[in-house]
Amino acid sequence: MRLKAYEGRPAAVGGVGKDPVNEPMIRHWCEAMGDTDPAYEGPDAVAPPTMLQAWTMGGLSGHTGRSAAYDELLGLLDTAGYTSVVATDCEQEYLRPLRPGDEITFDSVIESVSERKTTKLGTGYFVTTRTDVRVGGGEPAGTHRFRILKYAPARRRPKSPRARRPRPVVNRDNAGFWEGVGRRRLLIQRCGDCGTLRFPWLPGCGACGSPEWDTVEASGEGSVYSYVVMHHPRFEAFDPPYAVGLIELAEGVRIVSNVVGVPYDKVRIGLPVRLEFARFDNDGDDGDEGGEDGQDGELVLPVFRVQEGGGN
Amino acid sequence: MRTGEELPPLEIPITRTLIVAGAIASRDYQDVHHDAELARQKGSPDIFMNILTTNGLVGRYITDHFGPGAVLRKVAIRLGAPNYPGDTMVLTGAVETVEDGTATVRVVGENGIGRHVSGTVTVTLPVREAADARDARDARDARDARDARDARDARDARDARDVADAGDAGGAS
Ligand SMILES: [Zn+2]
Repeated sequence: MRLKAYEGRPAAVGGVGKDPVNEPMIRHWCEAMGDTDPAYEGPDAVAPPTMLQAWTMGGLSGHTGRSAAYDELLGLLDTAGYTSVVATDCEQEYLRPLRPGDEITFDSVIESVSERKTTKLGTGYFVTTRTDVRVGGGEPAGTHRFRILKYAPARRRPKSPRARRPRPVVNRDNAGFWEGVGRRRLLIQRCGDCGTLRFPWLPGCGACGSPEWDTVEASGEGSVYSYVVMHHPRFEAFDPPYAVGLIELAEGVRIVSNVVGVPYDKVRIGLPVRLEFARFDNDGDDGDEGGEDGQDGELVLPVFRVQEGGGN
Repeated sequence: MRTGEELPPLEIPITRTLIVAGAIASRDYQDVHHDAELARQKGSPDIFMNILTTNGLVGRYITDHFGPGAVLRKVAIRLGAPNYPGDTMVLTGAVETVEDGTATVRVVGENGIGRHVSGTVTVTLPVREAADARDARDARDARDARDARDARDARDARDARDVADAGDAGGAS
């Protein structure tokens, strides 16, 4: 995603406070905060300085002056699966007291967009904006720097240690496939006689019947050919709802797998995806690396991640 | 008031009411601050306090402490462990600098799961506080002057005694 391009672009232009600074909102704020400072009441009342951002909030009727660039940036992150948001930093400087009757205007700029970061909440991007708040369209009242984390929530997995994914049944006909997966390669069978590619693995060619075969390695590129969202029945090893995709590989064959990187309800037919290998049940969910390893303890499976910018 | 001076802690019970009232007073209608069901769907165990409320509480902690007339100039905070209902946040602070009637105070708010907030507040002290700081300096200067005077007096007295001793000795001779 070309996120850095948004740095320096406006986040809000000519924003206007929904209400002028007023006593009822000040009182409600003070009641909520338990703030009894006499400066915030009476005929000479000023607003608590920490209300600075509150005067710029859109409330239920939405923001005014919000720029296309800011909506675009958030939309891009939403589409890429970073659907959750949490505020992490707030830095305010107060230049002039605000009094009942003051009309608020504001402009915001996107100061920075971070690299992709992994946090306890999940992976995402920090977006920092700076808002200049003015009174009556002119006199500066304060500045407000705000940092949010736009992230894909890390899934909580409260399952018991017994609830592990079912293991694949490996037999003579498909052993080569699972050996390939073990080496992080997705192998497609190719008929030794007519050259037709086939998947899943079978003992003979569906086109000519020949038992001869070799393999080609999948490039990893593909798209969602079809999908289904599983809600029920519930199985302990899985965490519904989740999307099961039928992925059409660039080579033309299809594979059933998980679609990752977007919420289950954002999977769509035609989404470009790319192969990656995911580890499951490696008994290390809580940092415990002890116990069994190898094919019993850990399961490696090919999954497909929605490519950045996919689904636009 | 001096650099390093610690503010008495302020305990704030994190009630569902406080979280919702703070969110609405700051006009923040994000569902994670009032709807537990939707908050859970987004991976949070419950609703949690919004940053504007934390900001307001930090500001209140400082102005409560310094009393009427204290004026906030800057509040810069960073959030960590969320404030969930049923928890208690304890705000503590320490004066970092005092200069020309303006103090910077380092503030930390800990809850049951970790550090909810850390930050720095710049506050103009009320005239009384600023005067107290000046009085404290004047008192220290006065004490220093008195100590110096006492030392001088003691020395003079000793010298006088030495002279007197010498005189006594002379008288006895
Ligand atoms: Zn064939």
